[in-house]
Amino acid sequence: MFKFTLSRILQAIPVMLVVVTVTFFLVRLAPGGPFDAEKAVPPEVLRALEANYNLDLPVWQQFTHYIGDLLQGDFGPSFRYPGRSVNELIAAGLPASAELGFYALLVAIVIGILAGIISSLRPNTAQDYIPMSAAMIGICMPSFLLGPVLVLIFGIWLEWVPVSGWGDIPGDKILPALTMGSAYAAYIARLSRGGMLEVLSQDYIRTARAKGLPERVVIFKHALRGGIVPVIAYLGPAFAGLLTGSFVVETIFQIPGLGRFFVQAAFNRDYTMIMGSTIFFALLIIVFNLLSDIVAVWINPRLRHQTQGG
Amino acid sequence: MALLDVSNLKVHFHTRNGVTRAVDDVSFSLDAGETLGIVGESGSGKSVTCYSLLGLIPMPPGKIESGTALFNGEDLLNCGEKRLAQIRGDDIAVIFQDPMTCLNPYLTIGEQLIEPLTYHRNIDRKAAKERAVEMLREVGIKAPERRYDSYPHELSGGMRQRVMIAMALIAEPKLLICDEPTTALDVTIQAQILKLIRELQQRHGVAVIFVTHDLAVVSQVADRVLVMNQGKVVETGNTRQLFANPQRAYTRKLIAAIPTGSKAQPRVQDEAPLLAVEHLKTWFRDYSVGYFSARRHPEVGHIKAVDDISLHINRHEILGIVGESGSGKSTLGRAILGLAPVTGGQINYRGERIDQLGNRQRKPLRQQMQMIFQDPYASLNPRMTIFETLAEPLLVHGLATRKTVTAQVLALMDDVGLARNYIRKYPHEFSGGQRQRIAVGRAIATKPEFIVADEPVSALDVTIQAQILDLILDLVDKHNLTMMFISHDLSVVRYIADRVLVMHHGKVIEEGKTESLWTAPAEDYTRQLLAAIPRFEVDAPAHNL
Repeated sequence: MFKFTLSRILQAIPVMLVVVTVTFFLVRLAPGGPFDAEKAVPPEVLRALEANYNLDLPVWQQFTHYIGDLLQGDFGPSFRYPGRSVNELIAAGLPASAELGFYALLVAIVIGILAGIISSLRPNTAQDYIPMSAAMIGICMPSFLLGPVLVLIFGIWLEWVPVSGWGDIPGDKILPALTMGSAYAAYIARLSRGGMLEVLSQDYIRTARAKGLPERVVIFKHALRGGIVPVIAYLGPAFAGLLTGSFVVETIFQIPGLGRFFVQAAFNRDYTMIMGSTIFFALLIIVFNLLSDIVAVWINPRLRHQTQGG
Repeated sequence: MALLDVSNLKVHFHTRNGVTRAVDDVSFSLDAGETLGIVGESGSGKSVTCYSLLGLIPMPPGKIESGTALFNGEDLLNCGEKRLAQIRGDDIAVIFQDPMTCLNPYLTIGEQLIEPLTYHRNIDRKAAKERAVEMLREVGIKAPERRYDSYPHELSGGMRQRVMIAMALIAEPKLLICDEPTTALDVTIQAQILKLIRELQQRHGVAVIFVTHDLAVVSQVADRVLVMNQGKVVETGNTRQLFANPQRAYTRKLIAAIPTGSKAQPRVQDEAPLLAVEHLKTWFRDYSVGYFSARRHPEVGHIKAVDDISLHINRHEILGIVGESGSGKSTLGRAILGLAPVTGGQINYRGERIDQLGNRQRKPLRQQMQMIFQDPYASLNPRMTIFETLAEPLLVHGLATRKTVTAQVLALMDDVGLARNYIRKYPHEFSGGQRQRIAVGRAIATKPEFIVADEPVSALDVTIQAQILDLILDLVDKHNLTMMFISHDLSVVRYIADRVLVMHHGKVIEEGKTESLWTAPAEDYTRQLLAAIPRFEVDAPAHNL
């Protein structure tokens, strides 16, 4: 297991290097720069700004400078939020986004896996079609539609929960978590239905039934472990996506998260912020993919033994 | 009163393509301690009969249309799912065919073993573990305390089947249903498992229903036999009498299809070897050994699938390769055709070395050397019609033009005994035997000289198997083919091969003319193999299982 983890971490290094290089040059290829404004800036001010941020150097020198800073864990100063570093901005937005992402993930896993199991038990009947149609709607419905609809129903008509805010009024985290988690829940439901159907047709499930085990034992003890393997593979990247926040959900519910910074950075040509957020996101993806792979190995005794030692 | 009394059982499967009468009016009964063999080919309904008694068939599409199955006076078909679950695993236990897939790979052996006790008897885990360890010891698992915590993949097929047997008997059932319990096992393991089931049955006094397609096995284990075909009972009776004096044509056909004896006459052989293999080695990296230690100690770091094998095949000869699973016989065949890597040694074909050829240089050889694969369900492309499958090699090797190809494909179909109007059909529209005919046709399409046939009849029913073997013999004669015939089934090899080579752990154990090897095997291993073949016993009294 240790060797496996180590080799995966070593594999991540070239991946990160490619991500950094490609984004670095791509953002500079895009038309426009961080200090383009509607009103022309005096040339000497512009020069001073560019000198301040090393933008007057040749591109390859900017790149080596950036890599040097990056190796020390420094994403550099933001171009558009003067006086604040990218590290500070990410640190400011991360807690809210991560908390929201965590709740959304809980919603997604609990609802998704349960719905998947329920539909897999009686395939091609109403018990299958109803959750799966709901899942299809969940996948198709964008969060900028689902969010306001939920607000309208539960916030305004029923007045059960607050319509926006983050940590101000009890219950204001429910709707954002539902809005963000539902698409993931829908996807997980489809994956776990597929996984469960596959496993339920296996010979060893017939063996379990032949032993006269109660149906709940057959499903939760014998089938579920194999059935959620595809879900686990999906959870890695999904979790990374959830943690880094969603521009739409954060905007609808007025949540001070990361998602908004990321999108604004792209519009503003805030080179360092774009770089910082991309690298941060890539790192999360790699880490959570690794985690989901480790869980997948851990859950499967066959792989577990192969990776001990080799 | 009989322990189990099944009468007028009808099970139908309702599918989109209509109703399949899987079990059609089947009746039989079984006394305590008795063994009933149910024999039939695939699709005869023998397994569905047993599974429907226990509610183990998928419903829908399956449906029990009528019938009763009185077990100790209680109707299994009408006692409700809850009561049936109590009976399953407690009073009636099942041993399934494939021990590789029938144990849950995610749970330890022990966890699965104790379930019948913890759920049916409310025995606590500690006591259940003691009983499980004892049971593992009884079925011949060494170091049972340690094995208790093993996962299924750490055990060989034979050991897994022992675990299945232990699991079935742990709650001391009154009836044991064995569904092809030895079909997936090697012949020596099969002999051990049959012996084990027999011993345990006598010790525990269990009644057994033994479902199998293998008449030899059933002739050895069953007191009474039920022959089934297409969901119906063909005939039933005392095993010995029924096989000695079958009343129905179908039973006679089944018995006649058992491969017995050797080929009628050895073929005239040209003495010049067509293929000569010298010290062939195919080693695969063992990834549980690190890269550097594998480099330093190649002996340890590799799995020696084929280890220093020399052989020759004369022109127009059929060389049989026999061995148990893992003996390297398939790898040997693949290595000769360039489908598996060659780690060392030489392969000479018509006196020319071929093991170092690149893909491009090999192309003319691929026309000369062909392969027939085991599983006709997996080896044919499901998206290609039989015409496309057979035309492809002809066109690739430039043996036909667009104009002549249809006529050539039709000629091939005549050759392998397929009706000409099947030409536009897809593989799923054919039965297993017909598919294997297509696969044989594909192999001989390019008019090869040499064919490697890798277990070509193992996936087929016994009557179909006999037809395909005869087809292969005909074609070998007609087209002057040279063949390497790989099989785990010694009777099949004896029927078809001129000369036989016995393999074990990647090495040649023994080699010789088929009949002399059968009558006077020189090596212990060969003797063991031959002794393990279940004999179809008609006149000798049936062993009480």
